[in-house]
Amino acid sequence: MTGFVTLLYKELLRFWKVGFQTIMAPMVSTLLYLLIFFHVLEAHVEVYPQVPYPVFLIPGLVMMAVIQNAFANSSSSIIQSKISGNIVFILLSPISYQAIFLAYILASIARGLLVGLGVYVVTLLFFDIPLELPGWALLFVILGSAILGALGLIAGIWADKFDELAAFQNFIILPLTFLSGVFYTIHSLPVGWQYLSHLNPFFYMIDGFRYGFFGVSDISPYISLAIVAICLVMISMLAIHLLKKGYKLRH
Amino acid sequence: MLPAIEVKHVSKRYGAVRALDDIDLEIHSGEFFALLGPNGAGKTTLISIIAGLSLVDSGDVTVMGHHVIRNYQQARLNLGVVPQELVFDPFFTVREILRIQSGYYGITGNNRWIDEIIERLDLADKADTNLRALSGGMKRRVLVAQALVHKPPVIILDEPTAGVDVELRQTLWDFIKQLNQDGHTIVLTTHYLEEAETLCNRVAMLKQGKIIALDSTKNLIGTMTSGQTVKLKILPDKLPPVLRPLLIAQAYGLHELRIENYAHIEVILSALRAADIQIVEMHLQQPDLEDVFLKLMRKNKESA
Repeated sequence: MTGFVTLLYKELLRFWKVGFQTIMAPMVSTLLYLLIFFHVLEAHVEVYPQVPYPVFLIPGLVMMAVIQNAFANSSSSIIQSKISGNIVFILLSPISYQAIFLAYILASIARGLLVGLGVYVVTLLFFDIPLELPGWALLFVILGSAILGALGLIAGIWADKFDELAAFQNFIILPLTFLSGVFYTIHSLPVGWQYLSHLNPFFYMIDGFRYGFFGVSDISPYISLAIVAICLVMISMLAIHLLKKGYKLRH
Repeated sequence: MLPAIEVKHVSKRYGAVRALDDIDLEIHSGEFFALLGPNGAGKTTLISIIAGLSLVDSGDVTVMGHHVIRNYQQARLNLGVVPQELVFDPFFTVREILRIQSGYYGITGNNRWIDEIIERLDLADKADTNLRALSGGMKRRVLVAQALVHKPPVIILDEPTAGVDVELRQTLWDFIKQLNQDGHTIVLTTHYLEEAETLCNRVAMLKQGKIIALDSTKNLIGTMTSGQTVKLKILPDKLPPVLRPLLIAQAYGLHELRIENYAHIEVILSALRAADIQIVEMHLQQPDLEDVFLKLMRKNKESA
């Protein structure tokens, strides 16, 4: 237990010590998105009745920030340790594979939530954002950041170079995020695209999270919850399996 | 008694290269053991396998009776490894990293022992400095400190003195010797053979993934070398016939003669005096591990 707590503490400290880069910077860029979209689209779009576009947009942007930072946290921690070689200290330690997994994931969740909360609190100063069902919102934000933390762990283990990690981020994580309905409701899409969106697990995270704010969603939050939970279980099993086999970690 | 490390039929390939070829090795509890061999002989691969950093193709390894794969947590708790590469975590200070390292091994409140390690390894001035800001030698000390936080019964040092100044070497070996006296098993690899000779009671020599010699340092030197010798430069440069049977080598105008004991020198001197030959230079030569090493490496080259 102490081993797990220590690794978690170290992982939290790792991003906390460079908080400007890991928390403040993503907050600022997310708020810039909001500013730009608000300015361009405010007059044109009303997604849900009585919900102005920026207010609709904010939960999506918060979730996007959470997703990206949860992924960035575990993936960059692992790949930095791999490239600098100091991952050896974790590989030599008696900490169990499950505990290593959990420590990285919880640190990812923590960073995701910190950034998300930061964005949310700042937007509260300017907009009146409802929070109908906070429990649902919290549930989805935790599950979503856990999934991305686990994906980041897998990507960090798989990638041998920063270049490969960037490819994973730019060609998989980023498109899945942008096409998941962060900026729109999928009902505004042509039928074919709506269909495709349903294959994107990120869509369910964001839709479920938004349900927590407005009490309305594109599809039933229970379905979203089930899909997100299944994704988390599968990705976690894969990540723990890789740790146990020592894939690209133990030669 | 339970062996500290047991390696059974371990083989490991990297592509076409046979890094380890059916290695069997038992290191006893309390030993000070050296793994020697030229670069690429398989020393680091063997250490990595014992530490669980590399996985065997076949064979089994235990540390204090715990299988390094099946019972990895127990095996790792019993082992402290100083890696060869100068790796460090740039986010933390020396003291922070030693606390974190203790935590990995399930130890809280380890401050007293951490202070002692810091003191013994002469790190006190740098205890609150970020690892990034330390010199190579200092980083090496931290690596040693990290391997010791959990007082492991078995300590492996992979070339701990490579690129390290004389002072640290001295401090380090004093500390390690004391740990050995306190009952810790020590395994080291080094290219400085005189270190291995003075410190270790047993030696394994590796070459191309095989153990080509395994014995006590004393036995190796006794059986693998010609014993004590005396090197002479004489004038005129002509060895009297009675001394020829003792001749082992001749190079740079020096005749190397085997001697049984110090009294034997007297016999040589009187033979020279009788032949009216003057001694220009004389060196007494003690055989050392380096002779054994060179001989073995050469011998295997011939047979290969």
